[in-house]
Amino acid sequence: MEIIESGHEELLQPPDVEGFRRWLKENKSPALTDKVMDEREAVKRFIKDGDYLGVELYGTVRCPMSVVREVVRQGKKKLRLAGQGLLEIDFPVAAGLVESMDLTYVGYEVLGLSNILRRATESGKVKLVEWSNAAMAWRFKAAAMGVPFIPVRSMLGTDTLTYSSAKVVKDPFTGIHVTLLPALILDVGIIHVHRADKYGNAQIDGISGFAFEMARASKRLIISTEELISTEEIQRYPERTVIPWFLVDAVVVAPFGSHPGEMCYCYERDQEHLVEFLKAAETEETTQQYLRKYVYGPKTHQAYLDLIGRDRLEALKRANKGR
Amino acid sequence: MMAEYSPTELMICIAARLMKTARTAFIGTGIPMLAASLAKKLYNPDLIAIFEFGGIGASLEDLPRAVGEARTFYRAMVATGICDVMETAQRGLIEYGFLGGAQIDPYGNLNTTVIGPHDKPKVRLPGSGGANDVGSLCWHTIAIMKHEKKRFIEKVDFVTTPGYLSSPGGREWAGLPAGTGPYRVVTDLALLGYDDETKRMKLLAINPGATVEQVIENTGFELIVPKTVAQNEPPSADELRVLRTEVDPGKLYI
Repeated sequence: MEIIESGHEELLQPPDVEGFRRWLKENKSPALTDKVMDEREAVKRFIKDGDYLGVELYGTVRCPMSVVREVVRQGKKKLRLAGQGLLEIDFPVAAGLVESMDLTYVGYEVLGLSNILRRATESGKVKLVEWSNAAMAWRFKAAAMGVPFIPVRSMLGTDTLTYSSAKVVKDPFTGIHVTLLPALILDVGIIHVHRADKYGNAQIDGISGFAFEMARASKRLIISTEELISTEEIQRYPERTVIPWFLVDAVVVAPFGSHPGEMCYCYERDQEHLVEFLKAAETEETTQQYLRKYVYGPKTHQAYLDLIGRDRLEALKRANKGR
Repeated sequence: MMAEYSPTELMICIAARLMKTARTAFIGTGIPMLAASLAKKLYNPDLIAIFEFGGIGASLEDLPRAVGEARTFYRAMVATGICDVMETAQRGLIEYGFLGGAQIDPYGNLNTTVIGPHDKPKVRLPGSGGANDVGSLCWHTIAIMKHEKKRFIEKVDFVTTPGYLSSPGGREWAGLPAGTGPYRVVTDLALLGYDDETKRMKLLAINPGATVEQVIENTGFELIVPKTVAQNEPPSADELRVLRTEVDPGKLYI
């Protein structure tokens, strides 16, 4: 295949599909073992310094924030990250734990830009490789398919491609130019869901983001769930299982696990807290104060929820419109 | 007497009018959400709003604050995932896409990544998000921007999202789907389009209160100005009422 153009950036994680197959064969088991554990144990056992992590969906929507806070508390270093740039990226970046990122977006939409990522990238502390949103999801899809790349029609002709590690080739069937996206195999994927059983069978309500693809693109997979349900319940609705147990390494029960983000049909995003966070993010000093108060301070998810306060959490629940 | 309105309200109304006959529109964060909601309530109740993380055909009863939040699929027809939505666009099923940007050039290329060099940026901007995909895969894209000389420039610092790239046929050579590309630019001063032959930006209509000279003065590249330039209508009382009392009563954006 004729290569027309190559993105300049190095691959932060090579699409080693052979290694992925061997790894999965050796490390994944269909055995029905109880995988319920707390954030501390899940992060300690399955995440190590230097890992490439992916977090779904994004910082203010169905995001495993209780696990992210624990990653920061345990100070996992030299991390490489994939995904959207919201809280789940800002916390470890602000804590100085991130080396590089495959990234598509670094803002808070209606609430504006994140100063944490701006400081880190404008000072050159964190290396960024550019992609589009679809490209990141399709890279997970390629890994989920077990193939080293996937041809797509995004990113062509742009600097987004030049500053990525994608390639453009002439398609041997039609002769048109297509972008080849390298598969993105995660060392660890972290996904927050509505319900799961103790083995890791997981259900998601509402939009599924890129959970389906990312779960299948991960070597280690940590699931956090709003609710733990019985396996009988899973078996009554098997078509609702978007993530099967044999992909999952840890099941963390985390009610309000997405706070200050939202969980559709359950609770609203905590707009006030997000504004407080972004205000704190404005300077390095206030950012560290925020981390001390909300991330390093409460040692467990329950302690964090206590700090936020039951009344406030209940109000977020009541504010939700349901279906 | 003319009703008073802000430049943002005017841009929302003009963008909403562009969706009078649209069937499908890919909605990004910010002004496009308000324009789609206004169009749905006033002109085109059948408009299908599509959000990148999986919401298709939401009621838009409440204004979304993020492209993945529950309001993007509240009482929607479909709640799916990002691959499905983007692949729907890649198959050619999404007509219009809305985009914003910090910089735009005469070919409609947009920058939302960095001001200054990429590896030592003066200002780090949000990045592509879904914008590159929308600009690559939807049939027609509509950019909504503030009209300033530093934003409308001959060459953007970074091409995040493809317009017509650098020449007629540029998109097709690059491999982008044939027949796609920038369609309109909505600004606080004017409505712009693209010349069929050169694919360079062309003035179509000026906004109430603005002049052709003012548009030229605030554009940092040579703009095609036809002999006759239309005049955009100001927001109607109806548009303003629906926008303020139904679309964004909580004043999230306006």
